[in-house]
Amino acid sequence: MFVEFFYELRNMKVPVTIREYLMLLEAMEKGVCEAKVDDFYYLARSALVKDERNFDRFDQAFGSYFRGLERKSAEFFDDAIPDSWMRALTQRVFSEEELEKLEKLDFDELMEELQKRLEEQDKPHSGGNKWIGTGGTSPFGHSGMNPAGVRIGGEGGGGSATKVWKKREFRNLTGEVEIGTRNIKVALRRLRKFAREGAEDEFDLDETISSTARNAGLLDVKMRPERRNRVKVLMFIDVGGTMDLHVKVSEELFSASKSEFKHLEYFYFHNFLYERVWRDNRRGRSEFVPTWEVLNTYSSDYKVIFVGDATMSPYEVTEVGGSVEHWNEEAGAVWFQRLMEQFPDLVWLNPEAPERWPQTMSTQLIYKLLGGRMFPMTLNGLDRAMDTLRKRNASAQNSIRPH
Amino acid sequence: MKFTGTDTYVTTDDLNMAVNAAMTLERPLLIKGEPGTGKTLLAIEVAQSLGMPLFEWHIKSTTKARHGLYEYDAVSRLRDSQLGVEGVAEIRNYIDKGPLWHAFDSDQQSVVLIDEIDKADIEFPNDLLQELDRMEFSVYETQETIQAKHRPLMIITSNNEKELPDAFLRRCFFHYIQFPDNETMEKIIHVHFPEIKQELLKEALDVFYSLRDVNGIKKKPSTSELLDWIKLLLVEDIDADAIKSDSSKAIPQLYGALLKNEQDVHMFERLAFLSRHQG
Repeated sequence: MFVEFFYELRNMKVPVTIREYLMLLEAMEKGVCEAKVDDFYYLARSALVKDERNFDRFDQAFGSYFRGLERKSAEFFDDAIPDSWMRALTQRVFSEEELEKLEKLDFDELMEELQKRLEEQDKPHSGGNKWIGTGGTSPFGHSGMNPAGVRIGGEGGGGSATKVWKKREFRNLTGEVEIGTRNIKVALRRLRKFAREGAEDEFDLDETISSTARNAGLLDVKMRPERRNRVKVLMFIDVGGTMDLHVKVSEELFSASKSEFKHLEYFYFHNFLYERVWRDNRRGRSEFVPTWEVLNTYSSDYKVIFVGDATMSPYEVTEVGGSVEHWNEEAGAVWFQRLMEQFPDLVWLNPEAPERWPQTMSTQLIYKLLGGRMFPMTLNGLDRAMDTLRKRNASAQNSIRPH
Repeated sequence: MKFTGTDTYVTTDDLNMAVNAAMTLERPLLIKGEPGTGKTLLAIEVAQSLGMPLFEWHIKSTTKARHGLYEYDAVSRLRDSQLGVEGVAEIRNYIDKGPLWHAFDSDQQSVVLIDEIDKADIEFPNDLLQELDRMEFSVYETQETIQAKHRPLMIITSNNEKELPDAFLRRCFFHYIQFPDNETMEKIIHVHFPEIKQELLKEALDVFYSLRDVNGIKKKPSTSELLDWIKLLLVEDIDADAIKSDSSKAIPQLYGALLKNEQDVHMFERLAFLSRHQG
């Protein structure tokens, strides 16, 4: 029963499992819902979907299975067209003549045309009459006026649909930043280092027994502080320029780290490390923190994570005055060397695909500076990076260095 | 036995369905939604309307899974053994039952509220899988297994601060409480303030929804804040015209009940300033 529906959901990338499907069947068998399609919709949604961000896809799958609605492929609409293009930035007011000029295309032609334009277009766009964007006379996008237009994203006006799933009220819950941070957090957990510090609020059984025994059997209660995660992390994040392409994954990493590490300090830089960094990205880089201050403030047991694509002109790494933003008195590599000496536990996370690293000279330079401690910003890469941070720490404690 | 909302709690069809499905199948029900949409209240109301006992377990960042089952009070036992108190040999006397144990022990089906599960450590839900699945656990100190006499209805709330593990999610029914629309909100307000004047209600709702619509507001006012505000309006005996004339200045009267964030208040003052100059 409803096996097709189950696969339809999986096609739409709703993460349903057999266990949940069986739960739904069990509920049907026990007569939780009567033979009403609305009831079934509520029951199925409650049993199969565990995240409100997937409600919209569920609604689409439900609609297409039960009403034979035109199914729009999940990837095509949710991923291929960035949301920012669709944001209703401007609303063009059309004149009568313009309205007449809008031509009517049939659905398949529209789809073809849309794909063609996707390939040509590389910028968000508003207004105009050819590109996909908002408020234009192009048949694509939304808030436009083309009678045969395909609505992609945005608010639809005057919807008279009666069924709940057709309303697709959960559409604006899809695709939030938080998606996937759980995986990142689990990877970051590897860096936990527990230590007992702070207020003594946990009962120490062993110590109490031995202390009581020493006390000739008179009870002597011993308390100890609870184990807490003591790992300390400095994070340096590259912003602006080529990093704009990786904003999403950087945000995810950042929000995951913020909740995972209690002792997290973060700084921003542009392209490469020089004599200054800044703390608040929104303040337009006006409040700088001298890198010397960072070096002098934080002890060497801090673990350092750089996040950057390492893509720049090689001069920005090696030369005095190589920075694109200001005149730097000392080369970036010198500063980076200083930081590596102060903080032996340091890794660089690179959101660029590793295949591209050998092609970029600056990436190669930095990779060498790091002694290979550059990792791709994938879950696997993150795992390896955290392992490196942890193991270096362990080996530093266990072995006596020759000099 | 079916849950269909109560005199003091307005529900929607989909919420009723989720509660009833969870109850029939004896599976946990996970509730998410904006703050102030009545997630915690749901468990209390379900218990009350169906006449079932309620066991509440409020989660904090330091809460461990075993705190819900039981805690062994070794310190008092040691102390009592010094003083020669009777019954000290019986370890059971020093085991404090947690909310889950109480619920498992209950002679009729009960409701367990696990409130704000996302506050706890990221592994917390995984530590509870066995207990939620089989509704049993073993007590290490006494070597006994506690099994639920009646599988309780578990209502779990989350504020989305942390993502919950998939294995945990698979075992739950899920409901997302949407922010109430105008119509439902009117019902909710009538439940709380039956004698409110229609005119005042309409104006207050207008102001409230337009506040929520403002872009860039940090903390959107929620249902509970709206109710506080209306209470204030009623106590101060402010009539509908007063709010109406005020809304042109963009800052509603007694806004302290609605806007909880300094920056939001500043923003509204600026907006008010602008609208006065344009108007």
